[in-house]
Amino acid sequence: MEYVTLQKHLFNDFVESLASRTKVVAPVSKGNNQFSFQEVSRGEQITLNYIPTILPPKKYFMPEYEVLVEYDASQGQKMQPVVEVENLVLFGVHTCDLAGIQCLDVVFGDRPKDLNYLIRKGYVTVIGLECNDYCDDYASCGLMGNFLPRGGYDLFFTDLGEYFMVNVATQRGGNMVEASSFWKEATPENFREFLFLREGKQKIFQPEVPIDRHIIPQMFKEGFEAKVWEEIGNRCLSCANCTNVCPTCYCFDVKDVPNLDFNTGKRIRVWDSCQNEPFAKIASGESFRAQRSDRKRHRFNRKFSYPVRRYNRFFCTGCGRCSRTCMAKIDLKETIAQLALEVGYIKQ
Amino acid sequence: MEKLLINNTGYEVKEAHIIRTTKMTEQDKLFEVALQYGEILDFEPGQFVEVSLLGVGEAPISICSSPTRRDSFELCVRAVGRMTNALHRLKAGTEIGIRGPFGVGFPVTQMVGHDILMVAGGIGIAPLRSLINYVMENRRDFGRVHILLGCRDPRLMLFGNEIQTWQKRLDIGFNCTVDRADPDWKGNVGLVTALIPGVDIDPENTFAVIVGPPVMYRFVIKELLAKGIAENRIVLSLERHMKCGLGKCGHCQLHDIYCCQDGPVFFYDRIKNMKGAI
Repeated sequence: MEYVTLQKHLFNDFVESLASRTKVVAPVSKGNNQFSFQEVSRGEQITLNYIPTILPPKKYFMPEYEVLVEYDASQGQKMQPVVEVENLVLFGVHTCDLAGIQCLDVVFGDRPKDLNYLIRKGYVTVIGLECNDYCDDYASCGLMGNFLPRGGYDLFFTDLGEYFMVNVATQRGGNMVEASSFWKEATPENFREFLFLREGKQKIFQPEVPIDRHIIPQMFKEGFEAKVWEEIGNRCLSCANCTNVCPTCYCFDVKDVPNLDFNTGKRIRVWDSCQNEPFAKIASGESFRAQRSDRKRHRFNRKFSYPVRRYNRFFCTGCGRCSRTCMAKIDLKETIAQLALEVGYIKQ
Repeated sequence: MEKLLINNTGYEVKEAHIIRTTKMTEQDKLFEVALQYGEILDFEPGQFVEVSLLGVGEAPISICSSPTRRDSFELCVRAVGRMTNALHRLKAGTEIGIRGPFGVGFPVTQMVGHDILMVAGGIGIAPLRSLINYVMENRRDFGRVHILLGCRDPRLMLFGNEIQTWQKRLDIGFNCTVDRADPDWKGNVGLVTALIPGVDIDPENTFAVIVGPPVMYRFVIKELLAKGIAENRIVLSLERHMKCGLGKCGHCQLHDIYCCQDGPVFFYDRIKNMKGAI
């Protein structure tokens, strides 16, 4: 039972039945073409045709504030590591964000392993949702090859008009299907429509910058001193919006939050950003990326070059959030194109 | 939200206590520290620990004693930030937390049987002292040993008493210089780089180990290369702000390298083409 179908008119019942058993979060419209993953209890609260949410589903895997340790300093340095978890069904995750979660899985699963992340991850069930067409012009999932699913989900929904084609990818996904009677086995006709959509997508989604992504790390190496970094550095406001909305930015700060008794408290980690000037500063006052251009170049290299060497994968999913949110209108696709032009990978 | 109690996350500290504090300069203090219950901190020269004070935070500090001394270890701390200033206020007997040791230390096993030229600038003497003392305690494992030391002015000289004993030892070569002398100073004046050409070593058989402020590296490395020491025999320790120590938080990242896990000690040939490394 790898593929089943869910009729659209049963979608609401499906969501209600899920929500009666566990917390369900899904894309919800916030107005002004903005969307957010929020808790839902009914199907009609969910926007199926949404552009990437303001924050990626990263927030459920690596919360902005996360308690690592609870301490009591009244008797020496006593502490208890903790992890806060919650059973959660994450519905409607686009393929770009599935790729983003996989990037985080790789980082936090790499030795030394991050138990807080790995334990929490086990509490989240992921239901993906296919993009039948581009969300908007900011996306670069064609270039990054993330417009088709490449794993990272328990169930995966494809909207085929009257019904969803549902890929059951894990035992956990299978259990969800078996727990209710909404599902039908997929027919050859369903598969025909499904493959027709997939083939059509191959034509719709093309590299948004006319280069082969496999040359990108080399291009970044050659373009380390390219003018484009200076150019976007001059425009960058160092606001860190791009890192906050990025599905694969995982940098953090570790800090203590004492309770009012000043003896007990929590050691937490909070999202941090390499775009902030003090990020790479050391005690002597020296800052290793003092210029905005240094920091922009660092961020781009951390998406397209360094992780390819370290983890053998790109850390840009092509979701387009950084470009959508940038107050200085620094556009990822334009930046890559400009770099490719400067280094000679595309001709004017 | 359900709260699970877990263990071995990498963030829990080992309980430790301060045995002794020694003021070294206006800014620098030496802390002798022992882990509770007689536990031995198993480290290599050049590694660092995260020192934790609950409610204040953590700071990455190089271990400045030799691992050959097992029942305690030493940390030389300069009071520059909130955490290190708080540490400076602590007295002997106070409990602190220790995470680590972290990272890759000096390649002491590879250096066995070779000559060693150690160059320290400023507070760089602190991590290098771990290696210096290690080498002294295992003196017959190594060939000729030279120590070159540079600092801004004599009042900022760290480990002054030990330096005097190093100067007297017959089994090592020792030279020291200050940028600015005071009336009592009788030694060299000038940059530490000026001492390198005069060192009598066999470059084919020498490991050079450098620890100092970032600006020092470029000039010292130039001299060492001119001396004929190979790029894969020049060892240096990169100072970065290691926050988590676990290769995740990103603060110490240098290209695809996390200094806290892949370093802080590197061979020069590995990082020489990484812009921003030195």
